[in-house]
Amino acid sequence: MVQIDTIEEGDLTLVNINGDVDASSSIQLDESLSSAIENSQGKILVDGSHLNYISSAGLGVFMSYIEDLDEKNISLVIFGLNEKVMNVFEILGLDQLLNIVETRKEALDKLNEA
Amino acid sequence: MSGKSIIRVALFIAILAWVAMSFTDLTILFGKVNDLDSGIDPYVPDIFFIVYVVALFIFYENRIEATQSANFIDLLWKIFVTGLLTTVISLALKSVDILMGNTSLIENPLLIDFLFHVHLGLLIAFLVSTFVVWKRLILYQKSKFQLRAWVVFEYLLLLSLASIFLPDIVGTVLFYILILFSVVLSASMKWVAYLNFKQKWKSILLLVLTLLYLVYFYVNIVDMRDAFDYLLVARSSVFISALFVFTAIYAAFSLLVILFNLPTSSVLEQKLEEVVNFQRLSQSIQTEQSENQVYEILLDSSVRAAKADAAWIETKIDNKLTYFRHNIPKHTIDNIKSFFEAQRDNNLFNFDNTDKVTRPGRLLRKLRGVQYNSIVAFPIMVANEQIGMIVLLKELREGFNKELIDITQTFVNQAGISLDGFRLISEALENERYKEELNIAKNVQKRLLPEVLDANADFDIVAYSQAADEVGGDYYDSVKIDQDKTALIIGDVSGKGTSAAFHMSQMKGVFHGLAQLDLSPEEFMVRANSAINTSLDKTSFITISYFVLDQAQKEVKFARAGHCPTLFYEQSKKQASYFTNKGLGLGIVRNNSFSEYVQPREFSYAPGDVLVLYTDGITEAKNFKGEEYGYDRLADIINRNAGKEAAGLQEILIKDVYDFCGQSEIDDDYTAVIVKFK
Repeated sequence: MVQIDTIEEGDLTLVNINGDVDASSSIQLDESLSSAIENSQGKILVDGSHLNYISSAGLGVFMSYIEDLDEKNISLVIFGLNEKVMNVFEILGLDQLLNIVETRKEALDKLNEA
Repeated sequence: MSGKSIIRVALFIAILAWVAMSFTDLTILFGKVNDLDSGIDPYVPDIFFIVYVVALFIFYENRIEATQSANFIDLLWKIFVTGLLTTVISLALKSVDILMGNTSLIENPLLIDFLFHVHLGLLIAFLVSTFVVWKRLILYQKSKFQLRAWVVFEYLLLLSLASIFLPDIVGTVLFYILILFSVVLSASMKWVAYLNFKQKWKSILLLVLTLLYLVYFYVNIVDMRDAFDYLLVARSSVFISALFVFTAIYAAFSLLVILFNLPTSSVLEQKLEEVVNFQRLSQSIQTEQSENQVYEILLDSSVRAAKADAAWIETKIDNKLTYFRHNIPKHTIDNIKSFFEAQRDNNLFNFDNTDKVTRPGRLLRKLRGVQYNSIVAFPIMVANEQIGMIVLLKELREGFNKELIDITQTFVNQAGISLDGFRLISEALENERYKEELNIAKNVQKRLLPEVLDANADFDIVAYSQAADEVGGDYYDSVKIDQDKTALIIGDVSGKGTSAAFHMSQMKGVFHGLAQLDLSPEEFMVRANSAINTSLDKTSFITISYFVLDQAQKEVKFARAGHCPTLFYEQSKKQASYFTNKGLGLGIVRNNSFSEYVQPREFSYAPGDVLVLYTDGITEAKNFKGEEYGYDRLADIINRNAGKEAAGLQEILIKDVYDFCGQSEIDDDYTAVIVKFK
């Protein structure tokens, strides 16, 4: 089960992920990210501090938007991942392709420098 | 004695008794006329009369079987036939009588007495048969009270038979008691309710005729007795009178009740039909009918229940809009539909609109070229989703009252339930087919994994793989590159099911193709990525680790593409540790930059060292608390058991994972490949 809230904060789109992203709930993540990218003004902040677990299907969702983000010149920064989830991103190597930082402040800095 | 022989014996005795009665009575009369003493007691014919009546009763009692269901008309028919037969005989005798005219024969008391006996015999036969039929009808769905009253009534009748031997006053009292019983018992008319309209008319006809016969016979007998004072047999007629009054009362009561029931019977019949139709709808599922038939039954039932002049159902079957029509051409349907759709707020066919369209018939009257003045529409709902609608039309104004609408709604609801059942069944079948496919995929996947891996003098190698319920995507394999080099791979295809098995078989092809080329692990990864890229969809990827074990150099070169870090136990350090080189899963980056993400490594091995390859099913295996087995437990179990042979070590590892999970099921695929260096 996962609950995803999308909040517009000025030119920033905040995506809040709560819970577990497994094969079935990855569809929800896909929908949320897709609409966030569509409505985005260039900056997307993903709050992963309440993301407990992510399966390979969930990673697949993030992975599928990497090209899209590049093409549309949107910067997406993920922050707050716990150690276990971060490890999953690292093992697959997605940390090399996505902007993943520890804190919200770092994330905002990263978005603003882009 | 069987029923049939009882019937035969009873009939035989009855005929015998009648002959004996007539003969003795005639003999007595002959004696009287000729002033001779016949030597026969005058009570003898009466005794034969009693025997005759009792035998007839036994005959009919066994002949006319107890009625189970609605064969009431058959019963009435039986007495009608008996009545007809006896009347015809009686009339035939009468006509002979008339033909002979005023000859002296007609004055002959013996002949008259004989004719009297014939009539009496016929009347009794008719009365008794009617009596038995009435008994069946009265005792249909009897209560305890009715049964008791009936038994008393029968015994009293039997007693009245012997009234000739009783004082007159007793006979008179008995007669009135019997009449009272007749009236009370005649209140039992349950069978009438089970007649349909047509049967009621038939019953009326049969009852009227029966009454006519009764009166004809009775009057006949009484007339004869009044005319000729020497007709003595059964002269104390309490029995005959009581029986006559009883049969007549019940016939008359039945006639009246049926007559008064006639106007309401069509309503009853309609209710009955509704119940039957309802049943048809609910049973359609069990009788392997198709969805189409449910719609047809619904249309038919609704039209009949609501007495509609025309109707149609439109619904989607297999995503195709399908119409079921009753008495209405398609162009009229289109006409009515476009008319209402143009009404916007008053669109009768928009069931999402919570405001009911008031008096849609009045609206419809504005539509030229359509003769209907009343219209109702119901949505057909399956599992809270509208899948179609049924529309009923009448030429009459305000033709659909609340009752008609309610009953149609019930039909529509029931049809919805039936359709839902159909869908569930077909879904179950679909599921079954899907499972079958999965089984095939599972078998394919199993065959993709090698039974034995290429070991050599330097190392033993064992593998264990278990797929979850569905088809998994774990993969391992080995290829002997040359005399010294062995290529080893472990991988995990994202996703499950048939597509995972499909990608896995592609990976196997890529592995076997590229491994032969003796490429460096880095080169292998780059080429594997570009080979696999095109066939993976946007969200799928494959993680692998690729090893080249070189026996000559005693070293292993490897690279990791997003797969779980490899665990290596060094005998010299007595310590297992994970390699931390970076990597990126195959299929994630689809351009040439992939090589930037590959970090090849190499290490030397010594005897006693252990290489542990695994998939995330092992490290992510959860216990009931939700804790994961994790990297530390994995390293720990290897550290403690590194001295074991490859097979033993693998067994211990798998057991440990299972023990850790306890009762909770392992819902992922998990694979472990252990290489033990010698």
